[in-house]
Formats: sequence, structure tokens, C-alpha cells
Amino acid sequence: MSTVAERSRRASGIRTWIQAAVIVVWCLLPFYWMVVTSLRDVGYTFDTTPWPTHVTLDNYVTALSTSLGNHLGRALLNSLIIGASVTVIALLVGTFAAYALARIEFRFKGIVLGVIMGASMFPGVALLTPLFQLFTNIGWMGTYQALIIPEISFVLPLTVYTLTSFLREMPWDLEEAARIDGCTSGQAFRKVILPLAAPAVFTTAILAFIASWNEFLISSQFSSDATQPVTVAIASFTGSLPHQEPYTAIMAAGTIVTVPLVILVLIFQRRIVAGLTAGGVKG
Amino acid sequence: MSATASGAARQSAPSPGRRDQRGGLQAAQRLRTRNALLLILPTIVLLAVVIGYPIVSAIVTAFQKDAGLDPATGFFVQGGFAGFQNFAHWLFQQCPDGSGGTTSCPPGNLGAQFWTATFTTFLFTVTTVVLETVIGFWMALIMNRAFAGRGLVRTAILVPWAIPTAVTAKLWFFIFAVSGIVNSLFHSSILWTSSDWPARSAIIIIDVWKTTPFMALLILAGLQLIPGEVYEAARVDGASTWKTFWTITVPLVRPALLVAILFRILDALRMYDLPAIFGGGNATATWSVLVVQQIRQGPNSASALSTIVFLFIFLIAFVFVRFLGANVVQTTQAQQKGELK
Repeated sequence: MSTVAERSRRASGIRTWIQAAVIVVWCLLPFYWMVVTSLRDVGYTFDTTPWPTHVTLDNYVTALSTSLGNHLGRALLNSLIIGASVTVIALLVGTFAAYALARIEFRFKGIVLGVIMGASMFPGVALLTPLFQLFTNIGWMGTYQALIIPEISFVLPLTVYTLTSFLREMPWDLEEAARIDGCTSGQAFRKVILPLAAPAVFTTAILAFIASWNEFLISSQFSSDATQPVTVAIASFTGSLPHQEPYTAIMAAGTIVTVPLVILVLIFQRRIVAGLTAGGVKG
Repeated sequence: MSATASGAARQSAPSPGRRDQRGGLQAAQRLRTRNALLLILPTIVLLAVVIGYPIVSAIVTAFQKDAGLDPATGFFVQGGFAGFQNFAHWLFQQCPDGSGGTTSCPPGNLGAQFWTATFTTFLFTVTTVVLETVIGFWMALIMNRAFAGRGLVRTAILVPWAIPTAVTAKLWFFIFAVSGIVNSLFHSSILWTSSDWPARSAIIIIDVWKTTPFMALLILAGLQLIPGEVYEAARVDGASTWKTFWTITVPLVRPALLVAILFRILDALRMYDLPAIFGGGNATATWSVLVVQQIRQGPNSASALSTIVFLFIFLIAFVFVRFLGANVVQTTQAQQKGELK
């Protein structure tokens, strides 16, 4: 009897494991294919060998070179500038709101939460036309602020929402305890709460930064050659021959853009999952 | 600002002695609300500027004529009040005829694409959300089991999510190229990126690949709120796995599932990056793609279109919340209280 139960348990374990393997392969295979292709000599672009063949780093040189009118290096810097600005602004403003929503019971709380939630689900195109006209009129087209300000519309709600859920789980009793032990409320906040909240703020910052880094719609319309972020640079990547996609170079560029994010994900997997499920973040 | 913050915090925990004094409590409540609203004010102001202003501006300009050559007559029009002309342009393919009335738009006009774009948007939304829900549920059930390597699955599942959509589109553009790996594997020569239905199917596949992980994680969060004892009890009562799934798992995970589906529907309705970069022309042009195409041809008309889109999306969200009882705020609040193990 016990052996039967044990055997069925082991069988179900194997079934679980096979299904898990299917999930992993399905999720990673396209990414793997991008990396493999990026390492392949351009003459073997459509080689179907599942592992790297004709290995070369030429594609990375091509991806980063500016001779064909691609400016991936500058685009990386732009994405960094835009992402950092959006993240800092969203956190500076959003932290106060998140604190209030997580810590204080007050009237209209449900309404405020609903408004912020609605804002995060707002269709980006609805902002596009009016802002296009406004930025054209005031000469902001192609400037950094024309890219940063609209992105706040979806990064700020995301920040507030994610941070609220993190802060709600914090041990606030410790703040009270610190004050009883003789700390002023400012000291209690600075010495007890801030260090405890730091990981939450940091995770929220990562999610906000990734959201900005991945943005395409607004950037593709409002950026100039000088301010275009990586997503736009990749979408408009050109090769040496017209009407011929420089696939291997694009795969190299894609790898360069994606690898930092994948590393972030590997390191902060647990926290990112917690943040994602709390805030219902857009992918 | 931190002094205000701590002041507000102190108010949130009234001492037991004060609980009897009604007036004092009400005053404390008012003060608390005031402090909280002060903290929230910057966020609300900023959102009003970056979202509120554009909405109002879009609605106002949607009723203005676009300056430029009249598409129907070729005369130059100066602009001015347009009434519902811009809306009729999209909904009924009516263009101004130059004498104040309207007539059917000439062929090739973007207005003619509205209902095609609506169909495409709905097609993408329905197919991707259904597939993502089913596959996401399966993934969540697997990840909810205890087995060695569960951490690896959770990390792997985040990779499609983390890759920027622009890169995803280019990556799959290569995978679906005429001589790409998909055609090689199936010994086919389908024009995935330029024929209508292959391009549509490709975009559905790509979106499912990219977004199912997100769905799976949201469902997983819901699954982890179900206490283990419930399953234990079902097992003791001799319920089959299938029965347990339909009578315990699904009903208990329903609130989380509905919120996840609502998020995905709203997200799918605004899809832009994939069709814009992957290609497929008119067959894959969603509402968002159409708005972007229109902006440079006539911004006021584009405003009308984006207002229509906004109203549609709002209506769908409203119906979903009203009739399926997806209580977004309540459920996510509950979800936030349960921790992911």
C-alpha cells in the first residue's frame, strides 16, 4: 500500500518536473536564440544549429558602431538618463502618497486608490495627440523633458501602488517602540523606518526603471536622433544594405539592451515577483 | 516633510484612553484625513498635469476642424468648430464635403480603417487574454507545487517579461523571417511578417510568450492565499484532483483571476509596440497604431479617435467591474496582505 502511494507520488513528481522543464524552455528559448544568433558570423545568419557556430564578436562591434547611422551607445545613455529621471521623480513624489496610503486610515482612501489604479491602466495613445501638439507649440519636441514628463503618467501610479503594498507589510510597531525608547519622531523615522523601507524603495525603483527602459510608444513619437532611447534605436536599426535587415547585428543590439535587465531579474527575482504581483505592473 | 509624515503616523494610532471621547476622535480623524491628503496631493497634482490635462485637451480639440486640405474636396480648410464631424469620420467614415455637410470618405482614407482596427484590437485582446489565462493558470499551478528547481522556473518566467517589447518584436521578427527558424523547422515558406493572418497569428503568439508570465505570477499570488487545510480537507473527503480544481481552486482564486484578466484586457486594448515594430500593415494595425498614423495627418481628428478609444476602454472596464464583480481595489489590497512564499 505504501509503495503504491510512494510510486504515484514519484510519478506525479516527475510529471511536475517535466511540465516545469517545458515552461523554462518555452520562456528561455527565444532569448537563447537571440544570444546564439548575435554570436554568429553574418554569413551564417539563418544557420539552424542549436548552439553557437561560426562564433564572432563582429556583430557587437557593428551594433555599437556609428558608421551606419546607428547610435546604440548614445541611445543606452539616453535610456539611462530618462529612466533615472523618471524613477527619481516618481519616487520623490510617490513615496509620500504611498506612505499615506499604507499607514493612515482616512476617508476617500478607496477613491484615491481607484484613481491611481485607473491612471496606471490609462491608454498611452490618449495622451499622445494633445502632448504632440503642446510640445510642438512650445518647441519641446525631441527634448529629454518631452520624454520624461509623459512617462511619469504610468511610472508614478506604478510606483505608488507597488510601494504602498510594500510599506503596508512593514513592522510599524518598531517606530512606536523607538519613540518610547526616547527617539524623537524624526529620529525614529530616520533610524528605524528608513533602513527597513530601503529594500522596498529599491525594488520599486527597479520596477519603475524597467518600465521606463521598455517604453516605446511615447519615445518613438517625441524623441529626436539625439535623445532617442534604446527601444527606438533598436526598432529603427539600419544595416549597410537597404531592404535587408541586419539580423545578427540587431540580435547583438538586443542582447546588449536586455542583458542588464536579465541580470537585475536574476539578482532580485524574489523581490521583483513580490512587487509585480502587488502592483499589477504592466509588462 | 518627514515631520508631517511622522505627525500623521502618530495620529493613526489613537491611544485607548482617547477612544471614549467622540469629539476628540472625530477631530483626530479629520486631522488624519487632512495630513493624508497633503501627502497624496503632489501625486494627484502631477497626475492631473500629465494625464488630466491631455484628456481635457484631447476632448476639446476633437471638436475642432483640422487645418489643411479637405480630404474630400481638396480645398484648404482653416479649422474652426467641427461638431461631431471628427467622430463621424471614424465611426461612420464620413468626410466633410466642403459645403458644410458630409459625404462618404474617399477610398484610402484612414477613417476607413477604424472598424478594421477595432476588429484587430478585439481579436488580439480576446485571443491573447484567453490563451494567457489558460496557460498562465497552468504555469501558476506548476509553480505552486513544491519541487526542486522552483526558483529556477520563477526566474526563467521573468525573462520574457523583462525583455523590452521593442527587442521582443525584433527578436521574433527574426524568428518568423522568411528563411528564419520557424519556417525552417516546419519546412514552410509563410510570409509571417507581411501576410494578413500569419502576421496576426504571429503577433498573438509573441504577445502570449511575453505576457503569460505576468498572468501566471498574478494567479500564483492568488493561489498562495488558499490555505493548505482546504485542500487537506478535500483530500480527506476523497475529492478527485479534477473536482478539487473546479470546486476549490477556481472559486477561491476567482477574485485574483478577475483582476488579472481585467489588467490584461486593458493592457491588450492599448497594444502598440508589437504591431508597430513587427509589421503586418493594415491587418495588424490596432487602435493605438491608427492614432499614431493619424497624428501627423490631422491632430484634431487623431484626438477624436483617441477619445473614442478612451471611451471604449473605459466602457469595457466599467462593464467588467460592474457585471463580473472584479473589485480591483479590494482584491489587490487583500492580495497585498498575503505574502508570496
